[in-house]
Amino acid sequence: MSDTSLTIRRFSDLANPSRFLALSARLLPWLCCLTALLFAVGLFFAVTSAGDYQQGETVRIMYVHVPSAWLAMMIYGVMSVSALGTLVWRHPLADVAARAAMPIGAAFTGLALVTGSLWGKPMWGAWWVWDARLTSFFILFLMYAGLIALNRALEDPARAARLSAILILLGFVNIPIIKFSVDWWNTLHQPASVLRLGGSAIDAEFLRPLLLMAAAFTCLFFCLHLAAMRNEILRRRVAVLRRQSARSAALNGPAA
Amino acid sequence: MRRLFLRDLALAFRAGGGGLTGLLFFLAVVAIVPFGIGPDLKLLARIGPSILWIGALLAALLGLDRLFQAEREDGTLDLLLMQETPLVLIVLVKCLAHWAASGLTLALSVPFLGLLLNLDAPAIGATMLTLACGTPALTLIGAGAAAVTVALPRGGLLVSVLVLPLAIPVLIFGVSATQGALEAPASFLPPFLILLALNLLFAVLGPLAAAAALRSLED
Repeated sequence: MSDTSLTIRRFSDLANPSRFLALSARLLPWLCCLTALLFAVGLFFAVTSAGDYQQGETVRIMYVHVPSAWLAMMIYGVMSVSALGTLVWRHPLADVAARAAMPIGAAFTGLALVTGSLWGKPMWGAWWVWDARLTSFFILFLMYAGLIALNRALEDPARAARLSAILILLGFVNIPIIKFSVDWWNTLHQPASVLRLGGSAIDAEFLRPLLLMAAAFTCLFFCLHLAAMRNEILRRRVAVLRRQSARSAALNGPAA
Repeated sequence: MRRLFLRDLALAFRAGGGGLTGLLFFLAVVAIVPFGIGPDLKLLARIGPSILWIGALLAALLGLDRLFQAEREDGTLDLLLMQETPLVLIVLVKCLAHWAASGLTLALSVPFLGLLLNLDAPAIGATMLTLACGTPALTLIGAGAAAVTVALPRGGLLVSVLVLPLAIPVLIFGVSATQGALEAPASFLPPFLILLALNLLFAVLGPLAAAAALRSLED
């Protein structure tokens, strides 16, 4: 591909991100306010709700732990959709979305692991158990970390986008396999014991703050994601401008 | 196709090829384990199959980064990309050759290493069988990661980081099939069949991903 057609394509790609920047600039303050409101209400309910009769106060860890775990999985879903967008429709914003979501997803996965560990110590008496769910989450964290490492190793954003999209989709197909295999691996070694925290039989007293916190976390993710995407777009624009100025300097240099 | 297979195989075993180095690495890993956990023969016999599986996993990872890199360096990859034969098939054949040079030789070396770990004959047989049937999946998963990192100057470490999480199911079912063959309550056939199913699945997914990644290097 020649240089001119490359720059033309870059400019036509910028048309859409500009609209995205304008839209997100209008949307972001409202979303931030909504997040703050949800967090205020959710935290109020979380703090004032009764402690569990068996687990005492530690049950409140759930209000951070469960939403971040849900989000960690949802973010991988967002990344997979973005990867499809990159590979199939070549949407210019899709790879920005995937790239911006990676560190956030890794952070939420890490948060779920850390809070789970903090919760596990008083409840199970151990920081870490090789339980199926813990293990599969740990693997998810490793996959996020691998994707970030790959993205950092590649310099050209377009190439990084396509390669990481391929890897995201490969991982997406693998996640159910890992999940089920780890489940089975666990039951082979130790019979079902841990992680029985009510499930659907959860009381409304706990469910209300949990759902509020889940909504708050989801809004938080969208805030962070939008902000990260804006940053990524601006960062790429700066890079393109720098390259252009360098090129024009190189072109004008011999003439001057 | 057959030519390509034989060529890759020959390259792997000639000087500078990765085939024998992988085997040596496997030997070294297995030899190191008794130093780490002590020379208790009973314990070694119990965890021996798992040690062999982990060693094989690491040894299979070792040579993966060279799967496409040498071809890229001397330009053969460009020729392969220009062929009329679908790239997916070429990748599949290259994977088969790589497996024959790594996974198959590892599986064949199990009887010798099993003696070092105090395994009895059924355990050696079960480990050989599961390794021979499980390592193709490792190579096929690795092909995707190797193709993704082929353009990187130091892709080797990254390949391992990317492949290991994806290879965990293979390890789980490989080890549980081996255990199932040896101990009465656990069953052998279901994990073994799932292992074979994983092979088939990755025989489709791995080359597809690798071919897509290699194509995306082009433009």
